[in-house]
Amino acid sequence: MSDPVPLIVIGAGPAGLCAAAEATAAGVETLLLDEQTAPGGQIYRAIGRASPERQAILGSDYGRGARLLEVLDSGCLDYRPSASVWQVTPEREVYFTIAGQAQSLRAERIVLASGAMERPMPFPGWTLPGVMGAGAAQTLLKSSGLLPGGGAVLAGSGPLLFLVASQILDAGGRIAALVETTPRGNSMRAMPYLPAMLRMPSYLTKGAVLLARLRRAKAPHFKGAHNLSAQGGKRIEFLRFTAGGRDHDVPCSLLLLHQGVVSNVQITRALGLAHDWKPLPRAWQPRLDPWGGSALEGIAMAGDGGGIFGARAAELQGRLAGLDAAYRLGKLTQAARDAKARSVQRALAAERAARPFLDRLYQPAAEFLNPADETLVCRCEEVTAGQIRGFVKLGCLGPNQAKSFGRAGMGPCQGRVCGLCVSEIIARARGADVQDVGYFRIRPPIKPVTLAELAAMACAGPNDAK
Amino acid sequence: MGETEYAVIGGGLVGMAVAFGLQRAGRRVTVFDEGDVAFRASRGNFGLVWVQGKGAGLPDYARWSRLSAALWPELAAELEEASGLKLELSQPGGFDICLTEAELAAKAASMAALRARLDGDYPFEVLGHNRLREMLPAIGPKVAGAIYGPEDGHVNPLYLLRALTAAFLGRGGRIENGAAVAEIAPLAWGFRIGAAPGWRAEKVVLCAGLGNARLAPLVGLNAPVKPNRGQVLICERAAPFLPYPNLHVRQTGEGTVQIGASSEDVGLDDGTTPQAMAAMAKQAVDMFPVLENIRVVRAWGALRIMSPDGHPIYEASRAHPGASLVTCHSGVTLAACHALRLAPWIAGGSPPVPYLESFSADRFALSPAA
Amino acid sequence: MPIDSPFRRLPDAQARTLAFTFAGRELEAREGDSLAAAILAAGIATTRHTPVSGAPRGPYCMIGLCFECLVEIDGEPNRQACMVEVRDGMRVKAMQGARGLGKGPADE
Repeated sequence: MSDPVPLIVIGAGPAGLCAAAEATAAGVETLLLDEQTAPGGQIYRAIGRASPERQAILGSDYGRGARLLEVLDSGCLDYRPSASVWQVTPEREVYFTIAGQAQSLRAERIVLASGAMERPMPFPGWTLPGVMGAGAAQTLLKSSGLLPGGGAVLAGSGPLLFLVASQILDAGGRIAALVETTPRGNSMRAMPYLPAMLRMPSYLTKGAVLLARLRRAKAPHFKGAHNLSAQGGKRIEFLRFTAGGRDHDVPCSLLLLHQGVVSNVQITRALGLAHDWKPLPRAWQPRLDPWGGSALEGIAMAGDGGGIFGARAAELQGRLAGLDAAYRLGKLTQAARDAKARSVQRALAAERAARPFLDRLYQPAAEFLNPADETLVCRCEEVTAGQIRGFVKLGCLGPNQAKSFGRAGMGPCQGRVCGLCVSEIIARARGADVQDVGYFRIRPPIKPVTLAELAAMACAGPNDAK
Repeated sequence: MGETEYAVIGGGLVGMAVAFGLQRAGRRVTVFDEGDVAFRASRGNFGLVWVQGKGAGLPDYARWSRLSAALWPELAAELEEASGLKLELSQPGGFDICLTEAELAAKAASMAALRARLDGDYPFEVLGHNRLREMLPAIGPKVAGAIYGPEDGHVNPLYLLRALTAAFLGRGGRIENGAAVAEIAPLAWGFRIGAAPGWRAEKVVLCAGLGNARLAPLVGLNAPVKPNRGQVLICERAAPFLPYPNLHVRQTGEGTVQIGASSEDVGLDDGTTPQAMAAMAKQAVDMFPVLENIRVVRAWGALRIMSPDGHPIYEASRAHPGASLVTCHSGVTLAACHALRLAPWIAGGSPPVPYLESFSADRFALSPAA
Repeated sequence: MPIDSPFRRLPDAQARTLAFTFAGRELEAREGDSLAAAILAAGIATTRHTPVSGAPRGPYCMIGLCFECLVEIDGEPNRQACMVEVRDGMRVKAMQGARGLGKGPADE
């Protein structure tokens, strides 16, 4: 068995790139594994190859990602794209597959930077083809220059919904309707968090610019929409909803949904780390120390996988995790780490301060947290919200019993799509806190792996030559 | 806090089968169960209704397993009727596939010895590679052969638990769950379940799996059970390719391919290990090369509940009449016997089979294994 | 680009055009496209029918999480179309329910 790799960073978004940058700058040999074909993560997806025209549409926040790629030139960095990490053990073995070949490597330290995902937005009909995430549409724009051209409907809540709408308009696309589902009471309930938000005035300015852009475009804009259902036979044909006391049917061939973003907790859950339920964003967050360190020696998390604080915060968290890794690997003194970290920590505190206001302002409406009975919650195994409620009547106390009774969360996505919702539904049905209801127990592999890939590892341990 | 005639401790497959059976026998039953996260063999098992190979050290266990397999259609029909669920019971016979001639010969010899101890009444066949391939065309060239047991089968174990639960609740049963029962105290009349004031039960049946080891002595019983970990791989759904269940690979009614199972003494650790996952994958591909490109979507580990000799323990307390113990590691196979034969005995009937005493914990007092 | 596609392409003079087939139909993609993007660009909304109920599904998350865009690529079933870049000459089919075992011809 060969020596362990000093540092493995998993994920090449802003957090992972910055962690790698700090570590390699201190002379730490670093392996950067990323599932995508190109670096940048979701936020800076395809940043290395987007044409100047596309960059102009996507805006300066997107262009910012380009300079994060400088780390890729470091002689200390081994960057491997298209690497699907399917297991990380508490003993710091990392199992991954590239081009159909499974491998494993042991690391002295690991920084997880597995990022975020759009919060799934379940409501009746949301599984129809032609219904997808607004972030997914943005991915299509970033990586393929694909623009919703025929009049898409955007529905949901959150800053990204407005950003995507504005980018579509800037690129010359058309929006048939913007259907905002933010409950009317949210802005009042967010007010107590406004003062902290004002530490980051740029976020408010950006929001105001986006809203003005949408007003200029004169796209129909519905507010306080509720009772959503996607209607159609083989694909989406129209969105039905109630707003302003009236029922509406808006025809569309593309329905883009958004309800904020949440941490992708698959790796941290599979590692068995403790997670806390955060009532403002209504999501789970792994328990971490100020450097991103977890309860497992040598395993840290940076970026939105440890709670949603945005791309800038992810960069800063990545820097902290990279500095700490360099210190613990003996490449930086504690004093040097702390000195380099000081300004990063200050900036991070300011970024974090803005978050509670946004979390409360855009907290999803109840109908997407605890959807109507007929809503398919688990898309893989086709389990409805009503069935989950039925399991509660059979004495089911939490998602693991629900999984056992009715297969919710047993499909290939392993509960990524239904997990939050299943816990919320059970909590409401039981009258219990989501924290007490808990979450699915996530088991490896966290991405599907073929039997042949697994079998090929039968004789080889971590770091053996393949 | 409440009162019940029968308190069944444990809401897994053993507890629910016993509770359902007691209810069928006209008893008033409350099941006490833990919360969402617990060591639950009922959520982690392979779903086999299995006869072959069981009872090599205790022929009565072979008899009992065969009886349960024979009773299974009756249980399934009643549960499906009561719950509206399809349990996917299928008993076409099953295989224990061997990759080497030596392994096949050893298993054949063991089965022949068991048949001799059962006076010849123990059906099985030893199939070489070519005969096996006629029944299982997907086997690979490395397969030496298999033991075929005509009474073997499988069922969906998760729907079994759900159906037992639904049927039990539908007939007026009660489940108290959310926390493990920490203590049981014999009273002048009956038992107190849980810390004071607790529930009051006339009778108590311990079906708490590994928890029985701690609870049994509180009511004058002995349950020397220990955990044995099994890991299983769950693959994506595939078109039907495997018409028979077998000990290492089975395809469920929904098309999911399951691969098992490791056997490890690791204490109360129900995790998974890359090494065991790789070994199981290799074995499965050796047996069925057609599986090499199928994807594993999940693996799990769960703890078997093993007595020193691997056989069930059924015992009524002599020190504290009214308390009894039911524990085994084959909660799926034995569900039919537990619901339809053992529960009526616990409800006050006569022993269902003349050899029931073979399963008394007394056997451990006499053997060095205790 | 078909008229019924809800997407249109931004002009990009440099991008090379690739050819692939979906369910036997000859389609164009741009170099660097994920397969899911190329399929959506062609106006195709459905990439699989589920093994549970046979319901049609299409790409939802585009980042490899939801497994709704499962397709068969050159005979290999259940590939995530959003995680694979299009290659010239790829033969792609929608998944119809549970996968078969072993590799089969893509466009029989």
